[in-house]
Amino acid sequence: MSLIQNLKLVHLPKSKTSNYSHLLLSVFVLLVAIFCLAPVLWQLLTSLKVNADISAVPNVYIPKRYTLAHYTELFTRRPFLNYIFNSALVSITSTVLCLALGAPAAYALARLRIWGEQVILAGVLIVTLFPYILLFLGLLQVVQALHLGNNYLALIIPYTAINLPLTILVMRSFFQQLPRDLEDAAKVDGYNIQQILLQIVLPMTVPALVTTGILAFIFAWNEFIFALTFITRESLKTIPVATAQLGSSSVFEIPYGAIAAATVLGTSPLVLLVLLFQRRIVQGLTAGAVKG
Amino acid sequence: MQLDKIQKREQLTGWMLTLPALLLLLLVFAYPIGQAFWLSLFTKNLATQLQPVYSGWNNYVRMVFDGRFWETMQNTTIFTCVSVFLELLLGMGIALVLNQSFPGRGIVRTIAILPWALPTALMALAWAWIFNDQYGVWNDILQRLGLIHTEINWLGEPSLAMMAAIAAEVWKTTPFISILLLAGLQSIPVELYEAHALDGANPWQSFWRITLPLLMPQILIALLFRFAQAFGVFDLVLVMTGGGPAGATETVSLYIYAMVMRYLDFGYGAALIVVTFLLLVAAVAIVSFLLSKARNSKF
Amino acid sequence: MANLELRNLNKTYSSKVVPVKDISLKVDEGEFLTLLGPSGCGKSTTLRLIAGLEQPTRGQIWIGERNVTDLRSGDRNIAMVFQSYALYPHMTVAENIASSLKLRHLSKLEIRQRVTDVATKLGLEELTQRKPSQLSGGQRQRVALARALVRQPDVFLLDEPLSNLDALLRERVRAELKQLFKAQNTPVVYVTHDQTEAMTLSSKVAVLYNGNLQQLDPPQRIYTHPANRFVASFVGSPQMNLFVLSCRDNAAWLGNFPIPVPLPTVPPQIVLGIRPENVCLARAEDTHTIQGQIYLVESLGMQNLLSVRVQGAPELTIRALLPAAWQWSDDIVKLTLSPQSLHWFDAATGDRLF
Ligand SMILES: Nc1ncnc2c1ncn2[C@@H]1O[C@H](COP(=O)(O)OP(=O)(O)O)[C@@H](O)[C@H]1O
Ligand SMILES: [Mg+2]
Repeated sequence: MSLIQNLKLVHLPKSKTSNYSHLLLSVFVLLVAIFCLAPVLWQLLTSLKVNADISAVPNVYIPKRYTLAHYTELFTRRPFLNYIFNSALVSITSTVLCLALGAPAAYALARLRIWGEQVILAGVLIVTLFPYILLFLGLLQVVQALHLGNNYLALIIPYTAINLPLTILVMRSFFQQLPRDLEDAAKVDGYNIQQILLQIVLPMTVPALVTTGILAFIFAWNEFIFALTFITRESLKTIPVATAQLGSSSVFEIPYGAIAAATVLGTSPLVLLVLLFQRRIVQGLTAGAVKG
Repeated sequence: MQLDKIQKREQLTGWMLTLPALLLLLLVFAYPIGQAFWLSLFTKNLATQLQPVYSGWNNYVRMVFDGRFWETMQNTTIFTCVSVFLELLLGMGIALVLNQSFPGRGIVRTIAILPWALPTALMALAWAWIFNDQYGVWNDILQRLGLIHTEINWLGEPSLAMMAAIAAEVWKTTPFISILLLAGLQSIPVELYEAHALDGANPWQSFWRITLPLLMPQILIALLFRFAQAFGVFDLVLVMTGGGPAGATETVSLYIYAMVMRYLDFGYGAALIVVTFLLLVAAVAIVSFLLSKARNSKF
Repeated sequence: MANLELRNLNKTYSSKVVPVKDISLKVDEGEFLTLLGPSGCGKSTTLRLIAGLEQPTRGQIWIGERNVTDLRSGDRNIAMVFQSYALYPHMTVAENIASSLKLRHLSKLEIRQRVTDVATKLGLEELTQRKPSQLSGGQRQRVALARALVRQPDVFLLDEPLSNLDALLRERVRAELKQLFKAQNTPVVYVTHDQTEAMTLSSKVAVLYNGNLQQLDPPQRIYTHPANRFVASFVGSPQMNLFVLSCRDNAAWLGNFPIPVPLPTVPPQIVLGIRPENVCLARAEDTHTIQGQIYLVESLGMQNLLSVRVQGAPELTIRALLPAAWQWSDDIVKLTLSPQSLHWFDAATGDRLF
């Protein structure tokens, strides 16, 4: 407390220039907020406008009438509930799998002296940089060979894998910060290795698992190229692909309102996650990128 | 003897814990790359023939004379360099702003990572809508400001379409850079600035002599990640422009995708993948080298 | 009940890092052994070897008639208190204390009985349902102790258990620790770098340095008869005066002053040690007197610590503890080195000669 006050004291000297720079700072903050929010808000506004307002020239910024018609259209005329279910199922399953595989690996890499540790770590680090386009051809052949086309597994397996490197890096840096004494105390108490992992380490790991899980979920929810390539049946498509194809599906007129509504629906779970877990997302990202 | 037993047990446990993850990584990352190397030596085109035929370096030779390949390379390079450069400038600015203390900082920080978290494909739709020639809000704003008098077809003109795609990319991924840089800024001790200020330095000098050098590792890491990702850009361009107009925004990944999925030319597609992979590895190696040098010089 | 024995223990991490070179010692039932040494000398490593958290490179560990060298940590029936306390953060105090008993499949009734007993003994009754994060440092330390005591183990190990407490609390807990372990008829191995703790708590002190056992003796003897130069300089505060002196005419010469060497054959060089509290103002009848110039007086409250430049050897400084009441008029002072408190060490090996 006193430390914080001390720090403030150093920054406190107020003068005319500080008032001026306060104003400048406020302007910058406002610009940052507008820059980040405007496209999202514009899409939200479009999704609530009636068609006449959407195609009005000049643009209508404050519509007189609002409608939910574009949203209801998504659910009545199109299988949008289905898309949401698909996205949720694939993302949640792959996230859970990813944590289940990645956390033990991260523990081993952080705590146990295993042969080839450096090589594995370097490999994991490099792999985080691969764009998915490099993988899709080979995976397509795997999917064909295993007859997984139009099967949730065709997405769950690659999504689990693409999130593994980040999971391993973030969880490893977490395990390294975990005091070793706790595990030693458990050993002296008579816990065996499974018991230590499940009864001592796992409960302490929950916050880190949540952090990593959120990141993995975001990446899985947002993935596009695999979903586009491996799933062709309409009822199995995920939201990003289905929404992107809304525009090209109708020959006559592009349904801007429906697209906007679909965008809002597809992004809202993530907006929610960001609002709730901003701090954790930042922690996870920096731990994965910087400490790795 | 006793030592061996304990160490062996530890090794075994370690491998049992690591192996499942490792196998999956090999399947999804190593196998496709290896497969691409192998396949690139064959002529395999589902549209014309069924059996792959060994053709040595043919696919690579073909690439040298493939004008469209070089165009996509050029597009990708421009897209990558311009957007990463702009992101770095903007990301640094945002990080500096977010590092100040002001009321509501938490909420602004939350807003500032929002674009990064949203699905690229969906936000590409949003940006296509913003840049729409008839109803787009960007044209409307420019007209209201009196900067233009007739609507501009942003996504219909080659050079403008590239600018639009870059704008969307910058919007989408600047937050990633600001997050990393902000974390870096927060790790710089305040005392350094105070000492420097006592020495008579102004904030501008502090930025160049303290902030920037100490932030170098974060900057390079951000560059590394962003460079690799931007080079493989796919969803954003596919959804916004589809590579058009007239191939002006077609990136290497769009070309690879079309080669495989539309022309069904797996052999040549594999060769394209291999070359892209090697270029990326080279670029990453250079940045990593710079990174290790920056880290060493710091300590 | 059983004793603990280490036989030729060695731990080699790499050819350069050998924190434990060759340590043999025995701790009997009811004995309180302190491993004392500067930080980094291998105390914790020794303790972790006993606990089975590290495997020795060579040597054996015996508890009573059992060779436990190859046993898993949990099978040795040892309890350990960690410097960081290592309380499981997700368990309540009661669960922390009971964890090892549960693993041993004791009956619920007995577990509750033993936890209640030990909680009462340590004054933790009110806290049993709290999580460690809701406890003060001193309370956490008690819980760690309780977790060890409840085990009724064959051996107690404690690794600097007081070093995370503030000075006042440390003194109080030190006294309580002594009471607690006096009641247990079990070998205790206690690690510390703090000589006061070692002196006050232990029945025996093992001074470690460089991975080797320097001296194993009761605390008083460590103080009065340090086995070598290292022990002499490490134990005691303020530090013992140690001088490397040349010998002539059966005496070591401290500046202009001969100090008789009580040895049959006198080496050309010798190390003389004397504690500051054994350097007094000289009276007329005293032998072993020296004279020098005061150049620094540090007040320690009850006493003054004088630093004196010895006449004839200005590079030698001798420090003396004198009563605070003593007033000096002149900065030349005459001191006597109490003859029965002189320590003589070999100049080459550092071993005690007399
Ligand atoms: N796991 C390890 N690997 C390598 N060196 C170690 C390990 N553990 C301890 N050491 C080294 O052994 C030496 C003694 O450590 P320690 O026993 O903890 O000393 P202390 O007497 O302060 O408790 C130190 O120099 C330390 O660096
Ligand atoms: Mg220690």
